[in-house]
Formats: sequence, structure tokens, C-alpha cells
Amino acid sequence: MLKACELTCVKRDRVLFENVSLAVSAGELLYVRGPNGAGKTSLLRILTGLSTPESGTVLFNGEDIADSSLSYLSTLLYLGHKSGTNGSLSALDNLRFWLAQHQVKCEESQLFDALMRIGLVGLEDVPVRFLSAGQQRRVALARLWLKPADVWILDEPFTALDVKGIALLEGRMKSHVERGGVVITTSHQPLSEAAGEHSVFDLEYRF
Amino acid sequence: MSLYQGVFKRDVHIAFKQKAELLQPLMFLLMVVTMFPLGVSPSPDTLQRIGPGVLWIAAILSSLMAMERMFRDDFQDGTMEQYVLSGMSLAGISAVKVCVHWLVSFIPMLVLSPLLAMFLNLTFDMYVALLATLFLGTPLLSLIGAIAVGLTVGLQKGGVLLALLLIPVFIPLLIFATSAVDSAALQLPYYPQLAIIAAMLLLALAIAPFAIAYSLRVSQN
Amino acid sequence: MWKWLHPYAKTERAYQLCVTLQPWLWAGAGVALFVGTLWGLAFAPQDYQQGDSFRIIYIHVPSAILSMGTYVAMAVAALVGMVWQWRTAYMSMIAMAPVGAVMTFIALFTGAAWGKPMWGAWWVWDARLTSELILLFLYFGVIALYGAFEDKQQAGKAAGVMALVGVVNIPIIHYSVEWWNTLHQGATISKFDNPSIAPEMLWPLLINLLGFAFFIGAVTTVRLRNEIVLREMHRPWVQALAKKQVKGAQ
Repeated sequence: MLKACELTCVKRDRVLFENVSLAVSAGELLYVRGPNGAGKTSLLRILTGLSTPESGTVLFNGEDIADSSLSYLSTLLYLGHKSGTNGSLSALDNLRFWLAQHQVKCEESQLFDALMRIGLVGLEDVPVRFLSAGQQRRVALARLWLKPADVWILDEPFTALDVKGIALLEGRMKSHVERGGVVITTSHQPLSEAAGEHSVFDLEYRF
Repeated sequence: MSLYQGVFKRDVHIAFKQKAELLQPLMFLLMVVTMFPLGVSPSPDTLQRIGPGVLWIAAILSSLMAMERMFRDDFQDGTMEQYVLSGMSLAGISAVKVCVHWLVSFIPMLVLSPLLAMFLNLTFDMYVALLATLFLGTPLLSLIGAIAVGLTVGLQKGGVLLALLLIPVFIPLLIFATSAVDSAALQLPYYPQLAIIAAMLLLALAIAPFAIAYSLRVSQN
Repeated sequence: MWKWLHPYAKTERAYQLCVTLQPWLWAGAGVALFVGTLWGLAFAPQDYQQGDSFRIIYIHVPSAILSMGTYVAMAVAALVGMVWQWRTAYMSMIAMAPVGAVMTFIALFTGAAWGKPMWGAWWVWDARLTSELILLFLYFGVIALYGAFEDKQQAGKAAGVMALVGVVNIPIIHYSVEWWNTLHQGATISKFDNPSIAPEMLWPLLINLLGFAFFIGAVTTVRLRNEIVLREMHRPWVQALAKKQVKGAQ
């Protein structure tokens, strides 16, 4: 489904990785592993199309994502280090706005349902900056229950989550993969059993 | 279209939640203008002569302070990434954000302008000319400024750099705007100056959104 | 054409081009500057109004013309880099920037030095001098923006945008300042009261202009070589080059 060919990434005149190729097919969870500074985030950002690689292409269903970005973006869900929520708006406002921008039709009841699953009931009207780091992460993660996307690219999604949150997220990833979706994720802790089967992609730190 | 309306509403909403950030540049403007009678001379003639220049310089300086917040929050909290991935046109979003920035930071300045004109002993004709130049010139400040803000938004200390980049670019506007007010003081027609400012504004309107989108992408990379 | 070449070859090719061009540029600069300056300072006739002090135009005018020319060249390089994604275009843009800034400074300095006997003051807000000063600010902006980024590739792109914004502004600045000047001061002494300059005076000027252009080209190639080597340190060809240099030195 998603294929990367011969990607090379240079940051600050240092080659992070060179000629990296990977392929993910429907129903696969890819766990990108590597030490700090190996270029995990850069790789994921290239896969989303946010940054352009020094050389190489990313293909989605055989088409270059640089050429057919709209069809790819409509089925892509990317969560980065930054949560993408404005601190002075409430969780509910943030999510509503995000859904509108991504042109996702969503009933109010679905929205509340997602907030309930992620454990934010009672906090939906509080400005996001008053929430704890873990709760803020949960607001960002609520999108996984809202946008019907096939490709999930999640950069360090477990950061700041408690044990329960991690289990919830791993379960969500597993069910998404079982439904034929694709998940590409990074994490410093190894994925547990709850995330289901997954393949591992190793990035080395280069000098 | 309603997508961009959504961005507009959200940005206005957020701007009004951060009133302090909107008011501080205005207070700065007021205080800079106050320094001139104290530092140069309180004589009405002198003030009238330097008034247009003082007002415009103060307006440019205070707008430089307010400029940074145009993309800063969205960039730092990751909203910008999500904009890029939403498939909306980044140039369109930039245009909306510039528009909001102009509304929330320059309209209050226009409201404050009668007071400043009074402080600097401008005549009524001069004030009308000043208002006209501000109406045409401040959107230009926002549009051009946004390009530089887009370029420096990823940097930790962009504040002084932003001024360094923008002040030389704003000089023609300063020249034409102050000369329009000067002409009004002499009861001369000042349409040519206004027409030139309007021409610059139209040029910026046509090109700047794309330049802003490009610079935001560069910062995102 | 370069776009289809292997990306590694691009910087290497540019480097090789610099190496080939460099001796020619230095030679051209040396000869033209020697001939032009000597002719201009020693042999060209005196000006009937300004005496010998007019001779500063042999430095002032070429540096002023080329300070603008270099900025335009930077903007062209930035545009090329933006359209065809050439890394070397951004590199040459930033290689030119300080050279152009120094040219602008020379033009300002000689202009001020000329102003002292002519206008009786070191600095007069003359239209041309003011435009040059603003041009210097534009150069500062590009250089400062480039320096502010740690990722130099991003820096090149950002500085390129600013160079293009600047080049759109140069004519606007030029005419606005000229107009402002006539409004505020009345006509100052124009440097070329009579537009026809005697050919004995003009020839050395043109030769010096050529010499300055060669000189800028030469310094730019040196800077571009440095920039390429610094940025491409991790490439095998640079490492091979460095090894060769070390062996040559021993």
C-alpha cells in the first residue's frame, strides 16, 4: 500500500539515512526502531509528505505522493510530537475544528463517544492548556477514533501516556490493523503483545 | 470556502482570548509617540512637521512586535502540520490568517489614530490623509511581514531578525505614506501617493499568499 | 540538464567548474584592474570642475553598479534554486552575498569620501547613497537569515525567498528614494551634470567595471568552493580530494 524507494535524508549537512526502502501492505503494523537522532521522525515526516527527501520517492498505491497528494492526504492520519491542538481552545473545539479542516463528517454523538473512550469525559470544555501532558496527548489521540483513515503514521504516540492509555492505544492499533489498515509508528519502549503482530524496521545511527 | 471561514472564525476567536497580546503593541505605539514631544520638542509647529513620520515609524515598529504571533502558535503546537496535511491550500490559509491579523492588530490602531493625531497636532486634512494611508498601507505591512514571519517562525530567536529583514522592505511605504500626509498639510493633492501605495498593495495581494505558503513549507521541512 | 544527473555529481561538477574558472577570473581581474586603475588614476585627464578628486569614480561607480548587479545575480540564483531545486544555486547565492555587501560598502565609503570635498560633509542624504544604504540593509537581512538557520539547506531556501522579495523591492526603493530626495532637498549636485563623459575618462571606467566583475566572480568561486567542501564533507569525493591535498602538502 505504502512504499518508500531509496529515501535519503540530509539534515544539518549530516546524512541521517541513505537509500532506505520500505514497503507496508494493508493490515500491517510497522514499528520503526532506532536510537535518538537516527532520523525516525524525519523518516515519518517524509512518509507523510511534510518534508521532502534529498532523493527518493514515496509511493501510495503505486502513485508518487508528491503528484497525487489529495487522495493520499484524505486517507492519512499523522500525529507528530506536537499535538496540533491550540492551548486556549477546549478539547471539543479543537477536535471539531480539526474534523472540519480534514473534511470528516462526524456526528456530535460520535465525538462524545470518542472522548469517552479516550477518557476525557468531563474535561471536554476545559482549555487544553489546563490539561496534563497525558491528557493533552489523549486529545490528540482521539482523532484515531474519528477520521476514517487507512494509513496511520504515529510519531512517539505513547509519550506521556499512563499504563492504561498505552494499553488503550495498542488495542486501537491492533483493531485498525485487523480491519486492513496500516500503522507506522515509532516508540522508545518496545510494543507489547496487546499491539498484535508487527514487523520491525531498524534505523541505525550514522556518523 | 466554508473551510476557510472556519479558519477565520477560529483565529478571531483565539485572538480575543489573547487580548493582552493584542493590546501590548498598541500601548507600545502610544508610548513611542509620547516620547517624541518629550524628546524633540513640544512646540505645535515642530510636532506637526514631524508628526506623519513619527506616526508611521511608530506604527511600523509596533506592527513588527505584533507580527510574530501570526503563525507562531500554530507552528509551535503543530496545527500548521495538520493544515498542510488537511489538503487545504496553504496559500488560502495564509491569506485568511493575514486578514485576521490585520483585523485584530491594525483596526485597533486605526481606532487609536485620532488620539495620536491630536497628540502630534495634525490638522484635520492631515488626519484624513493619514487615515487613508493607514487603510491602504497597513494591509501591505501584514502581507509582506507574513512572508518574513513564515521564514523565521521555526527559529528560536526570530524577533530582532524579523525587524532586520522587514525594515528595509518597508521603506518605500514609509516614504509614500508620510509624503501623502505632508502634501495634505500643504493642501496639495495626495492621490498619486495613495495610488502608488494601492498599487503596491495589489501587487502584494497577488503574490504574497504564495510566497507565505512557500516560506511556511520551508520552515516545516 | 543537471537535474537528471546523479545528485552527488551536481556539487562535484560545480566544484570542478569553479576550479576551472578561477585562474581565468583572477587573471582577468588582475589585468583589467591594473590597466583600468592605472589609466584612470594617472593618465586620464582632469575634470574641469572637480579636478583630481573626480578620479574616485573609477572605484565608486563600478562598485555601485556591481553591488546592484550582484544582488540581482543572487536573486536569479535563488529563483533557479527554487524552480529546479538545485542545491548549488543556493550555495552560489550565499557565496555571492558577502561579496555584494562588501561592494555596497565600498560604494558607500567612496561615495562618502567623495562627498566631503564636493558637498562639504561626509554624509549627505543623496538619493543614490540612500538607495545604496538600503541595499546594504537588504544584504544584511539575507546574510543574517542564512546564518540564523542551523540546517543550511533550509537556510538557503529561506534566504532565497528574502533575496527575491528584496529584488522586487529594489526598483521600488530606488524610485521612492529618488522622489523623496527631490521633495526634501531640491536637486543636489548631480554627479554627472553633463551626461556625455569624455571617452578618455570613460574607457578606464569601463575597464575597471570589467575588472570588478571578474574580481567578484573570482572571490565568489573561492567562496563557493569553500561552501561546497564544507557542506559536502561527508561525500566520498570531498574526502578523496582532502586526502589528495594532504598528500600534496607532505
